Amino acid sequence: MTLALAVDISLALLVLAVAGWIIAVRDTFGAVIGFVAYGLLLALVWVRLAAPDVALTEAAIGGGLTGALLIGAAARLRGTEAAARAEYPGAFTRTLAAVLAVTVAAALAIGVLALPDPAPTLAPAAAAASLATTGVGNPVTAVLLAFRAMDTLLEAIVVLLALLGVWSLAPDRAWGGCPGPRRPVDPDGVLAYLAQLLPPIGIIVGLYIFWIGADLPGGKFQGATILAAMWLLVIWAGLADTPPIGRTWLRVLLVAGPLVFIAIGFAGAITAGAVLAYPEGYAKPLIVAIEIALMPTLVLTLALLVAGAPQRIPPQ
Amino acid sequence: MSLVLDIFTIVAVSAGAFFFLAGTVGLLRFPDTLTRLHALTKADNLGLGLVVMGLLPQAEQPFAVIKLIAIWLFALLAGATVGQLMARAARRERPTP
Repeated sequence: MTLALAVDISLALLVLAVAGWIIAVRDTFGAVIGFVAYGLLLALVWVRLAAPDVALTEAAIGGGLTGALLIGAAARLRGTEAAARAEYPGAFTRTLAAVLAVTVAAALAIGVLALPDPAPTLAPAAAAASLATTGVGNPVTAVLLAFRAMDTLLEAIVVLLALLGVWSLAPDRAWGGCPGPRRPVDPDGVLAYLAQLLPPIGIIVGLYIFWIGADLPGGKFQGATILAAMWLLVIWAGLADTPPIGRTWLRVLLVAGPLVFIAIGFAGAITAGAVLAYPEGYAKPLIVAIEIALMPTLVLTLALLVAGAPQRIPPQ
Repeated sequence: MSLVLDIFTIVAVSAGAFFFLAGTVGLLRFPDTLTRLHALTKADNLGLGLVVMGLLPQAEQPFAVIKLIAIWLFALLAGATVGQLMARAARRERPTP
C-alpha cells in the first residue's frame, strides 16, 4: 500500500516536472519531445486511476498521434525559429499570460477539490444501465455511443474538419494530389524491413482493440490510431504512396462514418422518439454499425492528418 | 516453491532495473550520439528482458506469459530499428572520420 502510494506520488511529481519543463524550455523540438513523454506518463496516471480506456486513448492519441503531428510541425518550423525568437513577447506579456494560466489552473483545482466526497456521480447508474439497455459490455463505450452520442459524433466530425484544414494549406498546383513527399525506398533498409514485418501484427492488434472495445477497454479511436500508424509506417518506408486526395473512394470513406452516424441518429427521431436515440432492442447492433462505419473514416483521417497537405500531382 | 519463484522474480527484476539505471546513466554521461544509443538500447534489450523474465513466474494465465514475451519482442524490434535509424541520421549529419 505504502509502496503504491510512493509510486503514485513520484508519478505525480514526474508529470508536474515534465509539464513545467515543457513550458520552460525554449527549443520547440525539446518541448515536443517533452510533450510525448508527458502523454505517456499521463497514460500511466490513468492506469493508476483504474481508467484503462482513457489510458489507451491518451497513449495512442495524446502521446503517439499528437506527438507525430507536433514533431512534423517542429521540423517545419525549424527554419523560422530564429526569426520567431526575435519577436519573443516582452516580460509584461509573459507575466500576464502566466497569471492568466495560473488563475485558470487554480480555479479548476479549487473546483475539483471543492467537490463533495464522494463526488456526485452517475457512473454506477450508467454502468448498471449500459448492459441492460444497450447490450454493450464496456460501460465506457456504452456512455460514449448511447448516453453521449452527440459528443462522439462531433469528435468524429472535428477530426475530419481538421483534415480539411490541413488540406487547405495545399498549393493550387498540388490540389487533388498526394500528401507529403514521395519517400525513397531502400529495399535493404531497416525501415523497409520493419514496414514489412510489423503491419500484419499491427493490423491484427488494431482490429482486436477495435472489436474488443464493445466489452473491454479499447475502441475505434485506439484501434484506428494503431491501423493508421501501420499505414504511415508503410508509406514512410517508401513501400506505398499516399493516395491522391482527389480520389472518389477516399472522399466517400472519409465522410461515410459521420454520415452513417448522422443517418442512424436521425432515424432514431422516428423510431425511438429522439435524435441519436436507439430503438428498444436494436442498440447494440446500431452501435456496432456506427463503430464499423467510423473505423475506416478514422484510420484515413488520422493517417492523412500526419501525412500533411498535398504537395505533388502523381505522374500518370 | 512459490518462495523460490518470488526470489527469482525479485532478483531478475532488480537486475533489470539495474540495467535501466545503467542505461540512463550512460544516456546522460556518454559523449556522443552513437555511444548514447549503445547505452539506451542495452537498457531496453537486457533491462526489459530481465524484468519480463522475472515477471513470468508471477503470471496467472498462460496467455499472460505469451503477452509478456510478445511485449519484450516488440520492444526489441522497435528498439533495434529506431537505434539503427537514429545512428544513420547521426552519421549523415556528422560523418565519422
